[in-house]
Amino acid sequence: MEQAETLIEIKNLTFSRGERKIFDDITLSIPKGKVTAIMGPSGSGKTTLLKLIAGQLKPDSGDVFIEGLHVHGLSRKKIYQLRRKMGMLFQSGALLTDLNVFDNVAFPLREHTKLPEEIIYALVLMKLQAVGLRGAKTLMPSELSGGMSRRVALARGIALDPEMIFYDEPFVGQDPITKGVLVKLIQTLNDSLGLTSVLVSHDVDEVLEIADYICVISEGKLIAEGSKEVLLQESTGYVHQFLNGLPDGPVPFHFSKAPYSEDLKYG
Amino acid sequence: MSRPLSGAQTLLQGLGATLLDKLAAFGRGFLLMLSLVVAMPAAVLRVDLLFKQVYVTGVLSLPIILTAGLFVGMVLSLQGYNILVDFNAEEAVGSMTALSLLRELGPVVGALLFAGRAGSAMTAEIGLMRSTEQISALEMMAIDPIKFVYAPRFLAAIITLPLLIIMFNALGVFGGYLVSVSWLGVDAGAFWSQMTSQVDWNEDVVNGMIKSVVFAVLVAIIALFQGVNAIPTSEGVSSATTRTVVHSSLGILGFDFILTSIMFN
Ligand SMILES: Nc1ncnc2c1ncn2[C@@H]1O[C@H](COP(=O)(O)OP(=O)(O)OP(=O)(O)O)[C@@H](O)[C@H]1O
Ligand SMILES: [Mg+2]
Repeated sequence: MEQAETLIEIKNLTFSRGERKIFDDITLSIPKGKVTAIMGPSGSGKTTLLKLIAGQLKPDSGDVFIEGLHVHGLSRKKIYQLRRKMGMLFQSGALLTDLNVFDNVAFPLREHTKLPEEIIYALVLMKLQAVGLRGAKTLMPSELSGGMSRRVALARGIALDPEMIFYDEPFVGQDPITKGVLVKLIQTLNDSLGLTSVLVSHDVDEVLEIADYICVISEGKLIAEGSKEVLLQESTGYVHQFLNGLPDGPVPFHFSKAPYSEDLKYG
Repeated sequence: MSRPLSGAQTLLQGLGATLLDKLAAFGRGFLLMLSLVVAMPAAVLRVDLLFKQVYVTGVLSLPIILTAGLFVGMVLSLQGYNILVDFNAEEAVGSMTALSLLRELGPVVGALLFAGRAGSAMTAEIGLMRSTEQISALEMMAIDPIKFVYAPRFLAAIITLPLLIIMFNALGVFGGYLVSVSWLGVDAGAFWSQMTSQVDWNEDVVNGMIKSVVFAVLVAIIALFQGVNAIPTSEGVSSATTRTVVHSSLGILGFDFILTSIMFN
């Protein structure tokens, strides 16, 4: 594999929620200018990983470096500066509920730039057009479907043309046509703006279509990483099971648990 | 495995744990207050955000505050008249009503209503913003929720509650006038002259205003703290809202006693 420059570097990261270890000594690096997919079973901590990278959560131990900056050692001010270069699409959309669609997308522009309203208007319409929701610009978030909210959130995430963008499950709840459009959009954004994309998703087909680099996490460990060609060659093991959606295999389908026979003992 | 604890031990442990929790909560509350104070200049500069919050906490609380003020003033003067008339001192009803309102009932009842009307709404809104990840989204958009969400609400409460209490008092005095002069036939001139001669600017008006500022800080801090620390679920937000009203009410009454004993002794 060709050696790409690293943008985000995660070293020996450990993180727990209460008693449960979500990550146990994970080390991975995310190349600059590429689409990196993070895959893993539901509840494996993909959203948590994004929040750790963005400095919203603090790891128990280990470090995250972005462009060489040690994220969890930065001052509050520095971390906010760093976040200006990031766009994040939340799994739930997380639109501001007191603003309509247009104002939600305009929000980062109005807060962070001094652009005149006409230019903001044009920019917002462009972003909404890109996600196919120009016609919904006057709707309130409560009037949107889940898939629509996420697309508005995507438009908002790219409003400031960030250098890196994190997509948390962008394809969930989208119809096949929209999925196709989103795949193209993510691809175009990545190629034309040269940004670095981190994509969290279960949708194997879409991921395989756009990801340059794939990391699979499970049970708190990074179990595989590599380009899709490398990963697809595996014919056994975790990755094979995951990429082919097989119910049985090394990746447990169940949340970590006591043995069934134990749990069945009533009381 | 630890060996089984006696009842007294577990009780003691529970007590200790609760105490530590409370202490930690106080610490976090104090830190929140510090960061709010630091964010005050930013909040003053964001006039758009401040105006919206002044509208939401202040203007929307006006109906309940005005109505309550009117009724409290009417009841006060009715009770006062019934007592004073036995001593042939019913002209003093005006000064009595005004003094009770300015010193105690205006700030206390006004702040209690404010906690129920605006404080609870603040907690619920922030709790829901957290549970729907709007606060997280702001952080990711490099917008500090302390400056953007919490500080404008804090400042708005400090601006609006004293103003609301002034209006509460004005309506209360008007209510007292309606009952005692228009209804019970107290002489209007005596009503006003007794009031103006008995009410002292520093002693009564300023002290009442100091109380209302203290109560505003108290209610706003409790409401914000409960919102920020609410468990982000429906039950979590609803119990945080309840806690806001309960804690603010007790806090208002407690602080009122302390302030009164300092001011009027
Ligand atoms: N606020 C929280 N408090 C306690 N535990 C949490 C919290 N948020 C998440 N968790 C736990 O952390 C684990 C990882 O959560 P996360 O949301 O990162 O999973 P995910 O990989 O994004 O899952 P999905 O694909 O379903 O979105 C979950 O098993 C969950 O139990
Ligand atoms: Mg997730």
